[in-house]
Amino acid sequence: MERMTTKRARPLSPNIQIYRPQLTSVLSIANRITGVALSVFAVVLAIWLAAAASGPAAYSQLQTIIGSWPGQILFLIATFVFFLHLCGGIRHLVWDSVRAFELKQIYASGWAVVLLSAALTVISWLLSLLIAGHS
Amino acid sequence: MTRYRIQTPLGRAVGLGSAKSGFGHWWTERITAIALVLPAIWFAASLIAHTGTDYETFIHWLAKPINTVMMVLLLVTLFWHAALGLQVVIEDYVHSVAKIWALIVMRFACFALAAVGIIATLRIALGA
Repeated sequence: MERMTTKRARPLSPNIQIYRPQLTSVLSIANRITGVALSVFAVVLAIWLAAAASGPAAYSQLQTIIGSWPGQILFLIATFVFFLHLCGGIRHLVWDSVRAFELKQIYASGWAVVLLSAALTVISWLLSLLIAGHS
Repeated sequence: MTRYRIQTPLGRAVGLGSAKSGFGHWWTERITAIALVLPAIWFAASLIAHTGTDYETFIHWLAKPINTVMMVLLLVTLFWHAALGLQVVIEDYVHSVAKIWALIVMRFACFALAAVGIIATLRIALGA
Protein backbone atom coordinates (compact mmCIF):
# COMPACT_ATOMS: atom_id res chain seq x y z
CA MET A 1 0.00 0.00 0.00
CA GLU A 2 2.77 2.37 0.97
CA ARG A 3 4.48 1.67 -2.31
CA MET A 4 1.42 2.79 -4.23
CA THR A 5 1.37 6.21 -2.62
CA THR A 6 5.07 6.99 -3.13
CA LYS A 7 5.67 9.25 -6.08
CA ARG A 8 7.14 7.54 -9.11
CA ALA A 9 8.82 9.32 -11.98
CA ARG A 10 6.11 9.31 -14.58
CA PRO A 11 6.88 9.56 -18.26
CA LEU A 12 6.26 13.10 -19.46
CA SER A 13 5.44 14.28 -22.93
CA PRO A 14 8.28 16.43 -24.29
CA ASN A 15 8.15 20.10 -23.39
CA ILE A 16 7.37 22.56 -26.13
CA GLN A 17 10.89 24.06 -25.87
CA ILE A 18 12.40 20.81 -27.12
CA TYR A 19 10.82 21.08 -30.55
CA ARG A 20 12.47 23.05 -33.33
CA PRO A 21 10.06 25.81 -34.42
CA GLN A 22 8.36 24.91 -37.69
CA LEU A 23 6.22 27.04 -39.99
CA THR A 24 3.16 25.00 -39.02
CA SER A 25 3.58 25.36 -35.26
CA VAL A 26 4.69 29.01 -35.46
CA LEU A 27 1.66 29.99 -37.55
CA SER A 28 -0.61 28.02 -35.25
CA ILE A 29 0.44 29.95 -32.16
CA ALA A 30 0.71 33.16 -34.22
CA ASN A 31 -3.02 32.97 -35.01
CA ARG A 32 -3.70 32.88 -31.28
CA ILE A 33 -1.26 35.65 -30.38
CA THR A 34 -2.52 37.90 -33.19
CA GLY A 35 -6.10 37.24 -32.05
CA VAL A 36 -5.26 38.37 -28.51
CA ALA A 37 -3.29 41.36 -29.87
CA LEU A 38 -6.22 42.39 -32.07
CA SER A 39 -8.50 42.24 -29.01
CA VAL A 40 -6.19 44.81 -27.39
CA PHE A 41 -6.31 46.96 -30.53
CA ALA A 42 -10.12 46.63 -30.45
CA VAL A 43 -9.97 48.43 -27.11
CA VAL A 44 -8.18 51.29 -28.91
CA LEU A 45 -10.95 51.30 -31.54
CA ALA A 46 -13.63 51.73 -28.84
CA ILE A 47 -11.61 54.50 -27.14
CA TRP A 48 -11.02 56.18 -30.51
CA LEU A 49 -14.76 56.24 -31.30
CA ALA A 50 -15.56 57.48 -27.79
CA ALA A 51 -13.00 60.28 -28.21
CA ALA A 52 -14.50 61.23 -31.58
CA ALA A 53 -17.99 61.31 -30.05
CA SER A 54 -16.89 63.51 -27.13
CA GLY A 55 -15.50 66.26 -29.37
CA PRO A 56 -12.58 67.63 -31.42
CA ALA A 57 -10.33 68.24 -28.39
CA ALA A 58 -10.29 64.61 -27.20
CA TYR A 59 -10.06 63.39 -30.78
CA SER A 60 -7.03 65.51 -31.68
CA GLN A 61 -5.36 64.47 -28.43
CA LEU A 62 -5.72 60.81 -29.41
CA GLN A 63 -4.60 61.57 -32.98
CA THR A 64 -1.41 63.12 -31.55
CA ILE A 65 -0.70 59.92 -29.60
CA ILE A 66 -1.34 57.75 -32.68
CA GLY A 67 0.74 60.13 -34.82
CA SER A 68 3.76 59.95 -32.49
CA TRP A 69 6.69 57.60 -33.22
CA PRO A 70 5.70 54.86 -30.73
CA GLY A 71 2.10 55.22 -31.91
CA GLN A 72 3.07 54.79 -35.55
CA ILE A 73 5.26 51.76 -34.79
CA LEU A 74 2.38 50.17 -32.86
CA PHE A 75 0.05 51.00 -35.74
CA LEU A 76 2.45 49.33 -38.21
CA ILE A 77 2.55 46.22 -36.01
CA ALA A 78 -1.25 46.35 -35.79
CA THR A 79 -1.50 46.40 -39.59
CA PHE A 80 0.66 43.28 -39.97
CA VAL A 81 -1.11 41.53 -37.07
CA PHE A 82 -4.48 42.39 -38.66
CA PHE A 83 -3.55 40.90 -42.05
CA LEU A 84 -1.86 37.86 -40.49
CA HIS A 85 -4.98 37.03 -38.48
CA LEU A 86 -7.25 37.72 -41.48
CA CYS A 87 -5.24 35.54 -43.90
CA GLY A 88 -4.51 32.90 -41.24
CA GLY A 89 -8.17 32.85 -40.28
CA ILE A 90 -9.23 32.26 -43.88
CA ARG A 91 -6.65 29.42 -44.03
CA HIS A 92 -8.32 27.90 -40.96
CA LEU A 93 -11.77 28.25 -42.52
CA VAL A 94 -10.53 26.35 -45.60
CA TRP A 95 -9.26 23.59 -43.29
CA ASP A 96 -12.60 23.54 -41.48
CA SER A 97 -14.21 22.63 -44.80
CA VAL A 98 -11.82 19.62 -44.89
CA ARG A 99 -9.68 20.89 -47.76
CA ALA A 100 -5.94 21.42 -48.37
CA PHE A 101 -4.81 19.05 -45.63
CA GLU A 102 -1.84 17.51 -47.50
CA LEU A 103 1.50 18.47 -45.97
CA LYS A 104 2.62 20.18 -49.20
CA GLN A 105 -0.56 22.26 -49.32
CA ILE A 106 -0.21 23.14 -45.64
CA TYR A 107 3.29 24.53 -46.23
CA ALA A 108 2.24 26.30 -49.44
CA SER A 109 -0.74 28.00 -47.78
CA GLY A 110 1.41 28.81 -44.74
CA TRP A 111 4.02 30.68 -46.77
CA ALA A 112 1.23 32.28 -48.80
CA VAL A 113 -0.29 33.65 -45.57
CA VAL A 114 3.07 35.06 -44.42
CA LEU A 115 3.98 36.64 -47.78
CA LEU A 116 0.45 37.96 -48.46
CA SER A 117 0.24 39.54 -44.98
CA ALA A 118 3.62 41.22 -45.43
CA ALA A 119 2.69 42.41 -48.94
CA LEU A 120 -0.72 43.76 -47.82
CA THR A 121 0.96 45.60 -44.92
CA VAL A 122 3.48 47.26 -47.25
CA ILE A 123 0.79 48.12 -49.85
CA SER A 124 -1.52 49.57 -47.16
CA TRP A 125 1.21 51.84 -45.78
CA LEU A 126 2.38 52.95 -49.22
CA LEU A 127 -1.21 53.80 -50.21
CA SER A 128 -1.72 55.58 -46.91
CA LEU A 129 1.46 57.64 -47.34
CA LEU A 130 0.49 58.44 -50.93
CA ILE A 131 -2.95 59.69 -49.82
CA ALA A 132 -1.38 61.66 -46.95
CA GLY A 133 0.96 63.32 -49.46
CA HIS A 134 -1.97 64.39 -51.63
CA SER A 135 -4.20 65.81 -48.91
CA MET B 1 -9.50 13.10 -48.83
CA THR B 2 -12.71 11.55 -47.51
CA ARG B 3 -14.99 13.90 -45.63
CA TYR B 4 -16.19 12.47 -42.37
CA ARG B 5 -19.35 13.50 -40.63
CA ILE B 6 -18.27 13.90 -37.03
CA GLN B 7 -21.73 14.30 -35.50
CA THR B 8 -24.48 11.72 -35.07
CA PRO B 9 -27.82 12.52 -36.79
CA LEU B 10 -29.41 13.21 -33.39
CA GLY B 11 -26.48 15.39 -32.36
CA ARG B 12 -26.79 17.30 -35.61
CA ALA B 13 -30.52 17.85 -35.10
CA VAL B 14 -30.08 19.01 -31.52
CA GLY B 15 -27.07 21.10 -32.47
CA LEU B 16 -24.97 19.93 -29.54
CA GLY B 17 -21.76 17.91 -29.85
CA SER B 18 -20.08 15.57 -27.38
CA ALA B 19 -18.81 18.57 -25.42
CA LYS B 20 -22.41 19.70 -24.85
CA SER B 21 -22.21 23.38 -25.76
CA GLY B 22 -18.79 23.02 -27.39
CA PHE B 23 -20.02 22.68 -30.94
CA GLY B 24 -22.17 25.79 -30.69
CA HIS B 25 -19.16 27.77 -29.50
CA TRP B 26 -16.91 26.40 -32.24
CA TRP B 27 -19.54 27.04 -34.92
CA THR B 28 -20.32 30.59 -33.76
CA GLU B 29 -16.59 31.38 -33.79
CA ARG B 30 -16.50 30.39 -37.49
CA ILE B 31 -19.69 32.26 -38.34
CA THR B 32 -18.49 35.46 -36.67
CA ALA B 33 -15.14 35.01 -38.44
CA ILE B 34 -16.86 34.92 -41.83
CA ALA B 35 -19.11 37.83 -40.83
CA LEU B 36 -16.02 39.84 -39.83
CA VAL B 37 -14.21 39.58 -43.17
CA LEU B 38 -16.18 42.26 -44.99
CA PRO B 39 -16.42 44.88 -42.18
CA ALA B 40 -12.73 44.31 -41.38
CA ILE B 41 -11.62 44.96 -44.98
CA TRP B 42 -13.99 47.95 -45.16
CA PHE B 43 -12.43 49.32 -41.96
CA ALA B 44 -8.85 48.86 -43.17
CA ALA B 45 -9.66 50.46 -46.55
CA SER B 46 -11.42 53.38 -44.82
CA LEU B 47 -8.45 54.00 -42.53
CA ILE B 48 -6.12 54.10 -45.54
CA ALA B 49 -8.46 56.41 -47.47
CA HIS B 50 -8.73 58.80 -44.50
CA THR B 51 -5.04 59.22 -43.73
CA GLY B 52 -4.48 62.70 -42.34
CA THR B 53 -8.10 63.88 -42.57
CA ASP B 54 -9.32 66.34 -39.94
CA TYR B 55 -12.03 65.90 -37.30
CA GLU B 56 -14.89 67.44 -39.32
CA THR B 57 -14.25 65.24 -42.36
CA PHE B 58 -14.08 62.12 -40.22
CA ILE B 59 -17.32 62.92 -38.36
CA HIS B 60 -19.09 63.72 -41.63
CA TRP B 61 -17.88 60.42 -43.09
CA LEU B 62 -18.95 58.29 -40.09
CA ALA B 63 -22.38 59.99 -40.02
CA LYS B 64 -23.19 58.67 -43.51
CA PRO B 65 -25.72 55.82 -43.04
CA ILE B 66 -23.65 53.19 -44.86
CA ASN B 67 -20.58 53.93 -42.71
CA THR B 68 -22.63 54.04 -39.49
CA VAL B 69 -24.12 50.63 -40.29
CA MET B 70 -20.75 49.14 -41.22
CA MET B 71 -19.11 50.48 -38.05
CA VAL B 72 -21.86 49.03 -35.83
CA LEU B 73 -21.66 45.70 -37.67
CA LEU B 74 -17.88 45.72 -37.23
CA LEU B 75 -18.18 46.39 -33.49
CA VAL B 76 -20.79 43.65 -32.95
CA THR B 77 -18.96 40.94 -34.91
CA LEU B 78 -15.52 42.03 -33.67
CA PHE B 79 -16.32 41.90 -29.95
CA TRP B 80 -18.44 38.77 -30.34
CA HIS B 81 -15.61 36.98 -32.14
CA ALA B 82 -13.07 38.36 -29.65
CA ALA B 83 -15.10 37.08 -26.68
CA LEU B 84 -15.31 33.58 -28.17
CA GLY B 85 -11.61 33.51 -29.07
CA LEU B 86 -10.39 34.91 -25.76
CA GLN B 87 -12.58 32.37 -23.94
CA VAL B 88 -10.66 29.51 -25.56
CA VAL B 89 -7.31 31.13 -24.74
CA ILE B 90 -8.32 31.66 -21.09
CA GLU B 91 -9.68 28.11 -20.77
CA ASP B 92 -6.39 26.73 -22.12
CA TYR B 93 -3.94 28.71 -19.96
CA VAL B 94 -5.79 29.88 -16.83
CA HIS B 95 -7.03 27.37 -14.27
CA SER B 96 -9.24 26.98 -11.17
CA VAL B 97 -10.87 30.07 -9.63
CA ALA B 98 -8.72 32.48 -11.63
CA LYS B 99 -10.25 31.03 -14.81
CA ILE B 100 -13.80 31.86 -13.69
CA TRP B 101 -12.81 35.43 -12.83
CA ALA B 102 -10.84 35.89 -16.03
CA LEU B 103 -13.83 34.69 -18.08
CA ILE B 104 -16.24 37.00 -16.26
CA VAL B 105 -13.97 40.05 -16.57
CA MET B 106 -13.25 39.30 -20.25
CA ARG B 107 -16.96 38.95 -21.09
CA PHE B 108 -17.85 42.14 -19.23
CA ALA B 109 -15.07 44.00 -21.03
CA CYS B 110 -16.18 42.77 -24.46
CA PHE B 111 -19.81 43.74 -23.85
CA ALA B 112 -18.83 47.10 -22.33
CA LEU B 113 -16.42 48.02 -25.13
CA ALA B 114 -18.94 47.01 -27.80
CA ALA B 115 -21.52 49.20 -26.05
CA VAL B 116 -19.08 52.13 -25.83
CA GLY B 117 -18.20 51.83 -29.51
CA ILE B 118 -21.79 51.48 -30.73
CA ILE B 119 -23.13 54.35 -28.60
CA ALA B 120 -20.25 56.61 -29.69
CA THR B 121 -20.94 55.77 -33.34
CA LEU B 122 -24.68 56.42 -32.94
CA ARG B 123 -24.03 59.72 -31.13
CA ILE B 124 -21.90 60.86 -34.06
CA ALA B 125 -24.46 59.58 -36.59
CA LEU B 126 -27.38 61.32 -34.87
CA GLY B 127 -25.34 64.47 -34.35
CA ALA B 128 -25.78 64.48 -30.58
